[in-house]
Amino acid sequence: MNMIQAINSALDVVMDRDPDVIVMGEDVGYFGGVFRATAGLQTKYGKTRVFDTPITEIGIVGVAIGMGAYGLRPVPEIQFADYIYPALDQLVSEAARLRYRSAGEFTSPITVRSPYGGGIFGGQTHSQSPEGIFTHVSGIKTVIPSTPYDAKGLLIAAIEDNDPVLFLEPKRIYNGPFDGHWDRPAKNWSAHGGGEVPTGYYRVELGKAQVVRAGEALTILCYGTMVHVVSGVVAEAGVDAEIIDLRTLVPLDIETIEASVKKTGRCMIVHEATRTSGFGAELSALVQERCFYHLEAPVERVTGFDTPYPHSLEWAYFPGPVRIGEALKKIMKD
Amino acid sequence: MASEPVRANMPPLSLHVPEPKFRPGDPVDFADVDVPPAGSARRPDTAEPAGRFTELAYTLVRVLDEEGGAVGPWDPKLSPDRLREMLRAMALTRAFDERMFRAQRQGKTSFYMKSTGEEAVSVAAAFAMDRDDMCFPSYRQQGILISRGYPLVEMMNQIYSNSGDKLGGKQLPIMYSAKDHGFFSISGNLATQYPQAVGWAMASAVKGDSRIAATWCGEGSTAEGDFHSACTFASVYRAPVVMNVVNNQWAISSFSGFAGAEATTFAARAVGYGIAGLRVDGNDALAVYAATQWAAERARTNQGPTLIEHFTYRAEGHSTSDDPSAYRSAGEPNAWPLGDPIRRLRDHLIALGEWDEERHERQDKELAAHVRDCQKEAEKNGILGHGLHQPLDSLFDGVFEDMPWHLREQRQMMLDEEEASGRPWARK
Repeated sequence: MNMIQAINSALDVVMDRDPDVIVMGEDVGYFGGVFRATAGLQTKYGKTRVFDTPITEIGIVGVAIGMGAYGLRPVPEIQFADYIYPALDQLVSEAARLRYRSAGEFTSPITVRSPYGGGIFGGQTHSQSPEGIFTHVSGIKTVIPSTPYDAKGLLIAAIEDNDPVLFLEPKRIYNGPFDGHWDRPAKNWSAHGGGEVPTGYYRVELGKAQVVRAGEALTILCYGTMVHVVSGVVAEAGVDAEIIDLRTLVPLDIETIEASVKKTGRCMIVHEATRTSGFGAELSALVQERCFYHLEAPVERVTGFDTPYPHSLEWAYFPGPVRIGEALKKIMKD
Repeated sequence: MASEPVRANMPPLSLHVPEPKFRPGDPVDFADVDVPPAGSARRPDTAEPAGRFTELAYTLVRVLDEEGGAVGPWDPKLSPDRLREMLRAMALTRAFDERMFRAQRQGKTSFYMKSTGEEAVSVAAAFAMDRDDMCFPSYRQQGILISRGYPLVEMMNQIYSNSGDKLGGKQLPIMYSAKDHGFFSISGNLATQYPQAVGWAMASAVKGDSRIAATWCGEGSTAEGDFHSACTFASVYRAPVVMNVVNNQWAISSFSGFAGAEATTFAARAVGYGIAGLRVDGNDALAVYAATQWAAERARTNQGPTLIEHFTYRAEGHSTSDDPSAYRSAGEPNAWPLGDPIRRLRDHLIALGEWDEERHERQDKELAAHVRDCQKEAEKNGILGHGLHQPLDSLFDGVFEDMPWHLREQRQMMLDEEEASGRPWARK
């Protein structure tokens, strides 16, 4: 399966198991979603379980919270993560705090799915990576898969989780893994192990990172599309890097990170999101606090620049093989 | 290239900034507030299509006339016992407000908000709904909790953030949550409950349930985007929800003109959304009851949502942190043409020969004593600031269902700090 099919399969599997799961969002119903993630679901489960919504992100998330308070398990979709901001108040002030402020009387078991990330000439409002905004909010979990297998297993786990989850889908790798070489032919998932997806039910637990490549020379922390970009760079450079796909940003798998950096003595963090106050800053601080005496070089961050996401200058903005390669040389020199 | 101004003969544009009629010190005359006679508004069938409500969105549904009679098609014809119960709940709400306001002034808690003058809006609505309908209130519908028999001591425990507080001291006073009383957790963020109520109602419809939802916000909050989103969703899916706008004329210091009241009514917003809209005398408990009952029946029979504007007046300050004399005339509350909701219902019962002034006075004294007794009971659990009433480490409970490592780590850090500081309450 590709990642779209895996997400579709996850929704199908949980909807079949749990009649309280509801899918809603702009264009998700009859049409099956602008990325086809919900294709066929309305036909199979009916209009009251899979439905199109008005174009109002406040409403989509606010209504989902109310449905969750009733006892349903809504999976609202925000068409692009760039358009999640109108719903920010509902997510930050309501979904994330409902359990805390009501001492558990009301909860918000919602999973907000949203395509995110760049590398598709999406320009300013179809490319953003807003995860750092949400990792800063207490009470919400943030999950980002990097393979179809993980996408399905993590999404099932997210929907079954009783806390609100923001599920960000790296749309650049919906159809195939992307190593950052935009000038080479695109690959599809059939040649990648992560494209092998069971048709039935399984979970990939939240809060657990995955060591994508074991190594001794340095630790690279990444997630989403960047897992594949980093893997490509490491293979080409012939560096014995340990690549960790975080998969869940909150709650973070700190044990895997800590063990790895203590072993390698070096840590590089790679994300597409802008640099200042990005999630990389939190990762860097945690590594510095917990692995200080094991570090042989400063923690290195390779990120998007502190600019809005540009259109024509996409590959100058995107933290691709060149930027990561230079950072690799720098961190290994010390 | 255009070089000459093309509209040189036009006057310059000017920006209209609304201004309330009366400011501090001004004499008050509400003669221009249009108050249609009681009984004059028609009562449509609850299945009437939403497109026919325009005229009801610009008038006022009123039942109680100036002589204390109940007139017209909206008279809910309640039994004297029911009327007395409603009167008692409204009077109890006021007595509670008085006492808690004073408790804040005495330093027993940090904050309070009264609903004086708006008791009918919450109490009569609660009486007209079923007990298991879910309410999504703002912070000024304490009358719902009181009507539904929620213990006053529990409300006070929450206000005092004491050891009896079911919310564990985590919430600002009056931000109650009472799921088993159909009272949704109150948020400080305005209007967020509106789309949530619509979602709850939609969920009830998805599951083929018979329960409906109701929500409340002030007229000021209708300016929030959530209000628009909620109305759109409610209309699109014909959600079984009653959406109440409590137009008490004031949003803190801003008069209703800043929410758009100079140009139209709040009930009239319903017209554009294709929702049934009613505009109701919010100080007339029978009108509020009748409109709510009507809207509940409409929702319960799958005819869709209703938007009700309750035209009332915020008789006191916005909160204990507010001084209304700084922005409005002190004469306003007494001059308000729709009077006081408790007095009007009392006069009605008296006109029916089912009540008298002496009984009313006796009830007020009895209610005041009851509230005082509850207060004494609640204060046994502590008041704000007198020691810590919750275990220190409970601060971390409930952020997530299960506590992740980073919160466990921060909890330990806090406990270690407190232990080192030698403060006794570190050791629970």
